[in-house]
Amino acid sequence: MTTSDLLRLATVGSVDDGKSTLIGRLLVDTRQLFDDQLHAVAEASERRGVGDLDLSFVTDGLRAEREQGITIDVAYRYASTPTRKFIIADCPGHVQYTRNMATGASTADLALVVLNVAHGVKEQTRRHLTIAALLGVRQAVVAINKMDLVNWSREAYTSVADEVETLCRDLGYRRVQTIPISALEGDNVAERRSDCWYDGPSVLQALEAVPGRDEASTSARLPIQWVLRQPGGGRTYAGLLNGSRLRVGDEVTLWPAGVTTRIRGISTPGGSRSEVDPGLSIDLDLADETDAGRGDLIALDPAPTVTKEFRATVCWFADGPLVSGARLRLKHTTKSTRARVSALEGVMDLDHITLSPADRLVTNDIGVVQIQCADFLCVDDYRDNRMTGSFVLIDEVSHATVAAGMIGEGAFGPRPDL
Amino acid sequence: MSIAPTPTNTHLDHLDLLEAHAIYILREVVAECERPVLLFSGGKDSAVLLHLAVKAFWPQLPPFPVMHVDTGHNFDEVLEFRDHTVERLGLRLVVASVQESIDRGRVADPGLLGSRNRLQSVTLLDAIEAHGFDAAFGGARRDEDKARAKERVLSFRDSFGQWDPKAQRPELWNLYQGRVNPGEHLRAFPLSDWTELDVWRYIEREDVELPSIYFAHHRDVVERQGMLLAVSQFVEPRSDEVVTRESVRFRTVGDANLTGAVRSRAATLADIVAEVATATVSERGATRGDDRFSETAMEDRKREGYF
Ligand SMILES: Nc1nc2c(ncn2[C@@H]2O[C@H](COP(=O)(O)OP(=O)(O)O)[C@@H](O)[C@H]2O)c(=O)[nH]1
Repeated sequence: MTTSDLLRLATVGSVDDGKSTLIGRLLVDTRQLFDDQLHAVAEASERRGVGDLDLSFVTDGLRAEREQGITIDVAYRYASTPTRKFIIADCPGHVQYTRNMATGASTADLALVVLNVAHGVKEQTRRHLTIAALLGVRQAVVAINKMDLVNWSREAYTSVADEVETLCRDLGYRRVQTIPISALEGDNVAERRSDCWYDGPSVLQALEAVPGRDEASTSARLPIQWVLRQPGGGRTYAGLLNGSRLRVGDEVTLWPAGVTTRIRGISTPGGSRSEVDPGLSIDLDLADETDAGRGDLIALDPAPTVTKEFRATVCWFADGPLVSGARLRLKHTTKSTRARVSALEGVMDLDHITLSPADRLVTNDIGVVQIQCADFLCVDDYRDNRMTGSFVLIDEVSHATVAAGMIGEGAFGPRPDL
Repeated sequence: MSIAPTPTNTHLDHLDLLEAHAIYILREVVAECERPVLLFSGGKDSAVLLHLAVKAFWPQLPPFPVMHVDTGHNFDEVLEFRDHTVERLGLRLVVASVQESIDRGRVADPGLLGSRNRLQSVTLLDAIEAHGFDAAFGGARRDEDKARAKERVLSFRDSFGQWDPKAQRPELWNLYQGRVNPGEHLRAFPLSDWTELDVWRYIEREDVELPSIYFAHHRDVVERQGMLLAVSQFVEPRSDEVVTRESVRFRTVGDANLTGAVRSRAATLADIVAEVATATVSERGATRGDDRFSETAMEDRKREGYF
């Protein structure tokens, strides 16, 4: 079969700007929906008296969502064209579901933003663009929707486009493509609108053209997931490779022990290889005997930071507050350890991107904290590597995931060199 | 500002990435949970899941048993495939029987023609409790249904086995967090991001063995409520129904009395991939009587503990 790249995108938009309609339209126009699914959408639309085909019903899946007309949790949708497969995390817009939005954005390569041309950037959209930026999303396709309602006014479009481009630049997005669309009528969604002053790509064309998977900027990282015993008595180390390519013969270091050895063999699900790209689940045969196990890290130089203490930006999800001194379990790559929030430096004001002093974080707050761990972790700055730079905090009693964290001094706010 | 086309920076195709991610999830759950089990129906998705599990732990055996929730309404070919596969791989098979749940009075017998689909949830949850399983791998995909599209890769179930779609655990990055308290468990779905076409392309690429009923064959069928049902001990033609012999195959495998066949001449994996790529009716819409009852049929069953 042909090689086709994978692009993960997360949607961003305020309620009623037309996000669900756009996704529905994209799915219909790329023929991802089967006849019976379209029929079901038409039936549901009719039952609720909302016209022939309310495309937003394509994506709202839960009973409560349909009844209340809002999106509560991420819905994953799949589309493919001859050149690319898309995994679309359709994220909720309401503030009380920020944790679900973060779930969708954490793995995204791109934010697909929907704005209403008549309203510009609403607070919710700004917040979510900020959260996506914090989570490391660096490119955006911005659909400026409901152009039919303003008679395709170029001035109306340009003023919103300027506003969102400035905001995105301030937030550290590197690539931003704005596109005037009508999700309702399908203009500039898959097909370009004809006879229009706009001569850029449609949303689909833009999604096909953006660079592929987000690559980390560190060297190779392989958090050990599992040790496999080989028939001859040897052991190999299995995990998901991240960062950069590895080759047989490479000198690697086992962290946190700091022991250096050489790669003797690489196995992938497709067989042995002399070199392997990041993104694959592999197992490594190492030249020297080691006692490494799950939770240790195999890495190429430059080395990760080995530490029990670090500063991090956290999104707090639990109902109760986070206060300094809180004891939690922390999961970082394949390692779990006890941890303590030793200091709370402040809470982020998402509208002004500033940090204000605070003695607690409440649900959906984003703040900067100091964390102390019982065991050594091998970490990178989140902006250099999403895998070795991220962690979650877990309640010791309920085992609920109560926070998502990003390691690094500057994970908070835009980086000057962007 | 605009985006210039850039050459892709990888030569891994998306099946390689889906495979890598599925293997990663399998290993993560096995490492974090005490007693995992893999739900194996003998259908194509569970066959792919088992194939991935074998790869994830090779050269050792997957460190968990497989479990079949047996409604008693099986296609013979699927049962044969189940037994042959488990024996070939040297795995331990646990059979959780819906008939036993009926005999023990846990659920009411819907009769020979009724659906045992919903009853499976009780049998499944009883078996999970009896064996002390804290994680169950399933082959469900998010493209199958609108409720599934919302579900996490690791889906938390409370001590009643219930799924609460409004309070799912946040699941960021690849940090799959599998901690549960005694009596609670997880469902883990390594194929979450696969589509039906991905599954078939992968089966073709890897030559994954499947039950013969997935391939076109001649069989006596009757048309009932818009579905083509295979005549068997579970589907007896009614007086007003005409039995015809046709070339058919199955797109999914469920209860023999509820799973429709599709007319097809696709006899090889390449034929099937071509057919699936141009299908106009969804897998479940075409063939699953159990999903046709209401807009939220799947959500309702999942809340009760269904797969
Ligand atoms: N006129 C017009 N209405 C639209 C357009 N896109 C969406 N709508 C309508 O705006 C409303 C909200 O759309 P929906 O997709 O549900 O918004 P969401 O809350 O962002 O998902 C619905 O009534 C849509 O039919 C558009 O391009 N033009």
